[in-house]
Amino acid sequence: MCYYKSAMDIITARGLTKDFNHTRAVDNIDFDIKKGECFGFLGPNGAGKTTVMRMLYCVVVPTSGTIKVFGLDIKDNPSIIKSRIGVMPQDDNLDIELSALKNLIVYARYFEIPYRASRKTAYNLLEYVGLTEKADENIKNLSGGMQRALLLARSLINSPEILILDEPTTGLDPHSRHNVWNKLKDLKEKNTTLILTTHYMEEAERLCDRVAIMDRGRIITIDSPKNLMEIHGGNLEYVYLKLTGKRLKGEENGENNLS
Amino acid sequence: MEKTICLKRAFRVWQRHLTVYTKLYKTSIALNFVEPALYLIAFGIGLGAFIKDINGVPYIKFIAPGIIASSSMFAATYECTYGTYVRMTFQKTFDAILATPININDLIAGELIWAATKSMFYGTIIIVAISAFRLVDSPFVIAIIPILFLSGLVFAEISMVCTAIVPGIDSFNYFYTLFMTPMFLFSGIFFPLDVLPPAVAKIAFFTPLYHLTLICRSLVWGSAGGIAGSIAWLVVVILIIAPLAFILMRKRIIK
Repeated sequence: MCYYKSAMDIITARGLTKDFNHTRAVDNIDFDIKKGECFGFLGPNGAGKTTVMRMLYCVVVPTSGTIKVFGLDIKDNPSIIKSRIGVMPQDDNLDIELSALKNLIVYARYFEIPYRASRKTAYNLLEYVGLTEKADENIKNLSGGMQRALLLARSLINSPEILILDEPTTGLDPHSRHNVWNKLKDLKEKNTTLILTTHYMEEAERLCDRVAIMDRGRIITIDSPKNLMEIHGGNLEYVYLKLTGKRLKGEENGENNLS
Repeated sequence: MEKTICLKRAFRVWQRHLTVYTKLYKTSIALNFVEPALYLIAFGIGLGAFIKDINGVPYIKFIAPGIIASSSMFAATYECTYGTYVRMTFQKTFDAILATPININDLIAGELIWAATKSMFYGTIIIVAISAFRLVDSPFVIAIIPILFLSGLVFAEISMVCTAIVPGIDSFNYFYTLFMTPMFLFSGIFFPLDVLPPAVAKIAFFTPLYHLTLICRSLVWGSAGGIAGSIAWLVVVILIIAPLAFILMRKRIIK
């Protein structure tokens, strides 16, 4: 199929801009994401990462610019695009009234997956994230880590080609975090394209092939963590602080450059 | 942005609500009997002891059909005000759904159809209840059930417009105090409109609840005459408010 502009690019964004009322949340950004890579959006709160993610799955409409996913314009084909991606949101939005299993089955219906197939997939996914014993447990009785694991399972219900993860490990204890990382590495090996936002530089360093560092709606740089560390010296956290905030520099210089 | 509604996808939203509801209905279904029973006892038996009859009809029999109308109305409005609002904000259910092939119009349609279904269901419960009180004269009463779906859509759409514009959940108080309660009290459920000042009666005449009450009363008492105009009016209101409900709700959800 000759969907893609470049055979490798599964997502192409050009001149992407988003205004909320009078605030420019995303300011004229371009990026390409390659099939099978893990791409990270890094940046302080309010940098526009979540807005970019939400534009990718068509819940936020760009003010201007274009995004093509699978070579299709998100404006024209939201349902088709969404049927092929998975989303693990920043906030837990499971159906709290239902069991873990039922959550997955209800979600599968949105993708028109027949009941029998969805039940089978749901059990497999529960096993995949280690929640088999909790299948019939009410969501309220699951720990925070288990709920995140269930969200991950839910985002995989349609075997997505692209998985979008908005701060997948925020608030997790180290064990749960490592569990999520292992799953993501595993998915990457299976050639799933991963797009994630994170505040944990260790996470980005471990998982991401390339990262976009954002600040105030703009992309400052896009490169591999390795290259960034070589160019700027220090670890990724150092690079991040150097590029995004004047905070570190300000502290070093003993002056307040925040304004 | 897709402008159309896919009914199949709307049905998936409806199905989700049904799945959740069947988990919870055991706790709420008994309450649905309690409230109308209270009205019938308080107004029908209590107040009815002083009011001999209205136009030759015993008072309890006069108000019983109106309780079908009001209960089904409130079922739809609660669903599309508090219910929709909670799913949209606190529970973030809409975020979860919109990340799937379901688009915003499908979601809104699913919400409305679900509220109409619930409205129909709650009204049917009252039909059963007042039948048990021997307040139903005619098998025509069955014909009310599909009409309750229509009126349910009317009230769901009106509520959806309100939900699309409220700044917060507390603001629904205004909607209920200034709009729903007056409609409930002055739409001919408890007394005929002709006792009202003509100006007020005229306003009441245009409320969907007045027409639903009229339809219920006709069919419970066994005369289908004169309901065609009322049904037509419900359809007109559905068509007028639908674009408003969809446009405003889209604006609220899709940033």
